Amino acid sequence: MTPHAEPSLDPTNPNLRFLEEVSAATAGVSRLEMCIQCGTCGGSCPPAADMDHTPRMLFAMIRAGMREAALRSNTPWICVSCYHCVVRCPQDVHIADVMYTLKSMAIRAGLYKDKAATETAADFSQTFVDMVEKYGRSFEFGLATRHYLKHFPLRLPGMAPMGFGMLSKKRMDFTPRRIENIDQLKAILARAKEVEAAA
Amino acid sequence: MNDHYLFYPGCSMESSARAYYDSLMAISEPLGLNLEEIRDWNCCGATEYLGISLTPAYALIGRNLALAAGQADGTRTVVAPCSACYLNLAKADHYMLESPVLSEKVNVALAAGGLHYDPGSLEIRHLLDVIINDIGLDEVKRRVVRPLTGLRVAPYLGCMVPRPDYKKRWSDHEHPDELDRLLKALGAEVIDFPLKTHCCGGHMTQIGPETAFELIRRLISAADQYEADLMATVCPMCQLNIDAYQNETNRHFHTNYHMPIVFFTQLMGLAFGKDPGELGFGKELVSVGEVLNHRIGVEMPAPEAAAPPRKPSRKDKSLPMPQPLHGASGDEEVS
Repeated sequence: MTPHAEPSLDPTNPNLRFLEEVSAATAGVSRLEMCIQCGTCGGSCPPAADMDHTPRMLFAMIRAGMREAALRSNTPWICVSCYHCVVRCPQDVHIADVMYTLKSMAIRAGLYKDKAATETAADFSQTFVDMVEKYGRSFEFGLATRHYLKHFPLRLPGMAPMGFGMLSKKRMDFTPRRIENIDQLKAILARAKEVEAAA
Repeated sequence: MNDHYLFYPGCSMESSARAYYDSLMAISEPLGLNLEEIRDWNCCGATEYLGISLTPAYALIGRNLALAAGQADGTRTVVAPCSACYLNLAKADHYMLESPVLSEKVNVALAAGGLHYDPGSLEIRHLLDVIINDIGLDEVKRRVVRPLTGLRVAPYLGCMVPRPDYKKRWSDHEHPDELDRLLKALGAEVIDFPLKTHCCGGHMTQIGPETAFELIRRLISAADQYEADLMATVCPMCQLNIDAYQNETNRHFHTNYHMPIVFFTQLMGLAFGKDPGELGFGKELVSVGEVLNHRIGVEMPAPEAAAPPRKPSRKDKSLPMPQPLHGASGDEEVS
């Protein structure tokens, strides 16, 4: 793939409507169309240095119909949801929510797997969600062991004292807590997934 | 002030932020803060579910809103002490109100569980907001029997309480003064902490540790430069990252910071004369006992089991060999 290949200007090219698509898939009113490329977002972003593209550049790529390059970018996965850009954006674009949209689109298109960092990030989110769907509550011990063994085995020796401290100080349970009406939650989430698939 | 509040504790309060829960329970009685837990609440999805799939993520939050609204009796205010929970509940309510399409999707999903939520029917507020604006600092001051005089505290809010602030409840998005004023009311010496709403790294400690270590380093080094004795936070994630990952951050940068971080409710409990053991002190990994003892003369409970001492590393780099028995011939030091 050429990351910055020019998309076809043929008006039937659906990627030219990618901006509308991203905006429509975002919760609430994203206002992404209102971006004036001022760069306040990137200038306010604490982890911008680790991003493939600053948010401004990413939004310009979306507008230019560069669907695949935008969905392969690590930028949404590096976003820490600090909302600095959101409160500073002069156009009131819901930047953090657009980042969530791009992540879910990248997962759906399978475009997060070619970089270790984005694959790790997506897998962490999915593992977290698996636990929540199963128990109704987050389960840190299960999440941490599964995630670290898979993605950061080399970090484990250095982290052992911390893990031991968390367990011995009873800040982490060995067993999950399950909500009472887990069947209700499962039914709600199953219906929600149907709704999402139909959208 | 409401006579009671619906209470959404969130998963962290049951585990990693147990100290937050314990200290909140200890101070809620003297403050007259009547918290009624939402029955059978579920996880809010933190910052993870929103990035996976939109409708399920909002339906997960929606179940909590629907349960809370169903339980509301004489109050419509939900109090959340965790920043991510507070934001997610507020976000779902806000966007469902803004977008009838989203509201419809969420309610179609909720109907599968026999639930429904009308956006706008609840008021979602953070604990600090309720303490400052409903109870008020005069009431807080009146309960102080052990002023925190001489304790230098860095007030640390992190991101998701002052931002995005859908209901314009905070004095500023980047330098709000609510936590400063509260800590001053307890008698503490509050530093003007420039990074008070900067990011702790959030979930990057789990997925991109080097990104997170840099953000943690900025915070603890700034607090250290300002000669803070400790940081006080309103957020379980911030506390976890700065406390539990401080050791790894130090190793990464070859630094030696020791910057304890506790929940603001723990300091409130101390100022109200509560026993430190009741307030979750000792659960932190970067110990705060020494500085509290030194500054305000509080005796901390005996520490809960700490990490086992690490074997001292061998100084010489030769292959390990069996050590000669003490006193046996040949134990002379060899260079």
